[in-house]
Formats: sequence, structure tokens, C-alpha cells
Amino acid sequence: MQPRILELRTKILKKNDDLARQLRADFARWGVLVTNVVSGPGAGKTELLARTLARLNARYRTAAVVGDLATENDAARLATSGSQVKQILTGTMCHLEAEMVRGAIAEWDLNGCDFLCIENVGNLVCPSSWDLGEDLRVLLCAVTEGEDKPLKYPTLINTADLVIVSKVDLAAAVEFDVDAVLGNIQKVRPGVPVLQLSAKTGQGMEEWIAFLEQRRAEKKEKAPATEEHAADGADGFAAISAAS
Amino acid sequence: MHELSIAQCVVEEACEAASRSGGVRVTKLQLRIGALAGIVDEALRFSFEVAAEGTACQGAALVIERVELRVMCKHCEQSRAISDGFLLVCPECGSPTPDILAGQELELTSLEVQSHAAADS
Repeated sequence: MQPRILELRTKILKKNDDLARQLRADFARWGVLVTNVVSGPGAGKTELLARTLARLNARYRTAAVVGDLATENDAARLATSGSQVKQILTGTMCHLEAEMVRGAIAEWDLNGCDFLCIENVGNLVCPSSWDLGEDLRVLLCAVTEGEDKPLKYPTLINTADLVIVSKVDLAAAVEFDVDAVLGNIQKVRPGVPVLQLSAKTGQGMEEWIAFLEQRRAEKKEKAPATEEHAADGADGFAAISAAS
Repeated sequence: MHELSIAQCVVEEACEAASRSGGVRVTKLQLRIGALAGIVDEALRFSFEVAAEGTACQGAALVIERVELRVMCKHCEQSRAISDGFLLVCPECGSPTPDILAGQELELTSLEVQSHAAADS
């Protein structure tokens, strides 16, 4: 008997995409704005989020999950903000997947929570393809990393909704050319909004918080806001049912 | 090294699809991977062998079709291939080209499967 060919045309990450779609629908129902913060290790994700959550907590209900290969250090740092925090230990895994986020928030009641921040594993490559059901993917690019980072790691930045040039208080000390990095970001992700920020000095924080508040308000207005993303994965469904 | 996670998903999807169609052994898998999908072929092949071990995909051939990065240039009103690097800039006119038409694919296109009788022989 000859081997048969099965035409599939299914997305490799279909299961993750399906789960992310479910999460997105839950988040929309609960009215929570979800931010997935990605960067290389040491770009300042935890510091930014600790300070962001502390500011938001004055007016909103917030929660955070943070992924690392090991240690609960980052969860402890984020918890100083007063937010509900859960550490995800990924073991050897270099990125977060939708299933890990689902597990981390399973015991929380996020109905009425305003902001959920997900701090991804510090990695500029691997988190790209995993949708976590987020509304916003925010990529940090620290001035200590060099101006050409966006050119070297185009894949992840290409999925970013916002780029934050972080640690700008150190720009002069490390002779960082801000204009060069802004140009490079636009070359690999034309049109992406960019904020320059220092979590330490507070420079750019008002703008960042205002950005989050505005996106949350927009989400609340048009809830349930799942159509656009649901459409992304719809062809995967169609393909698999057509093939089976 | 997220290729291992990708390989595990490939094996899982392939085994399920094969089993749904009554196949017991997958002999070939065809993938479409975009240039901008962030996948290193060699890492994926290595990971696939590991992930396939002990499954219906063990020993199967992995055929990877690469999809080039293609963008829409609004200025030229033309679809353009970005063959050199990942800059989203029209190679003809130099305009920014944020609209990606192709190059982000991570697809399992087809499988070659054997059913029981063939697998036993």
C-alpha cells in the first residue's frame, strides 16, 4: 500500500494560538488590558514593571506574572508594588507560552482587574511566535545594549506594538546614539510607536502610563474586542477541518 | 533554542492528524517557514529528531520550504521581495514598508503517512 499524502496547511502553533484566543476572550470579558513585556536579559523589564505597577496601583487593580528559568527574585521585586504577582518558572524554556499564563492566572479572579502585566523570559528571539492573548506587546531596548540591536533581532521587534528605549538616563554615560536607535527601529518595524524612558529617574513614565490608560479605555469602550485577533487564527481552523 | 518547542508542536500536530486519518506512521513532513519566523533550520532538524523519538514521526523526513520575506510598497504600489536581510524598506524606492505579505509562516503543510498494512510490511 502506497503512503498517502495528507494536506494539512495547519499552523504549527495552532494549540497555543487557540489557547491564546480563549485567553483573549476572557481578558476582554473581564475588561483587563494585558501587556506582554519582552526584551533581552537585563534591559530593565522588572524595574519598569515594578514602578509601573506601583503607579497604577494608586488608581487601578493590577496583577503581574513573570517568567524566568529559575528563582522567584523578579516576582518578589514586582510584589513590592502591591500587585498580585505570580512567578512562572520555565525550567529550561526560553519563552512563555499561553498554557503557562493560563496556569499562572487560574486561581485569580481577574474580573474587574484593570491591568495584567506579563514579564516574558529575557530573550530577544524565542518569545516572538507565542501569542499569550495580550493586547500589547512591548519591547524594551536598553541604551546599554547598543544602537544596532533592532537590526540584529528583527523577528521579535517585528511583533511589537510599542518599543521602549529604556535606561535613557545612562545614554550619555555609555555614549549611546538615541537618533541611531530610533532610525534602526523604524527600519525593521516601520511606524511602531517608540517611547524613551528611564524607570529610575521617571523620565517618560507619565507618557507610558498615559499610553496604558488610553489603551485600556479604548479596550473597555469596544469590548468584547476579540474579533480582530480571532480572525488571525480562523484560517487554521478552516484548513484543519477541510483536511480531516 | 525555541526550535525544540516548535518541533514538539510539529510532532504533536502531525501525530494527531495522522491518527485521525487512520495512519500509523508518518514518513515525511512538509513545513513552510517564513524568513521572519525566527527559525534556524538546523536547530529545528536536530530538535525534530529528539521530539519525534518514540512517536509515529520517528525517522520521518523533514522537508522545510522557506518562504521569503515579501512586503507591499505603497509608494511603488508593488509587492516586493526582501531578499537581503530583514529591513522593511522597499529595495527599489527606499520607502518604509510596514505591510508584510509573507515571511512569517510557521505551517505544517502536509504529511506522508502509512496505514497499518504498509507499516507492518
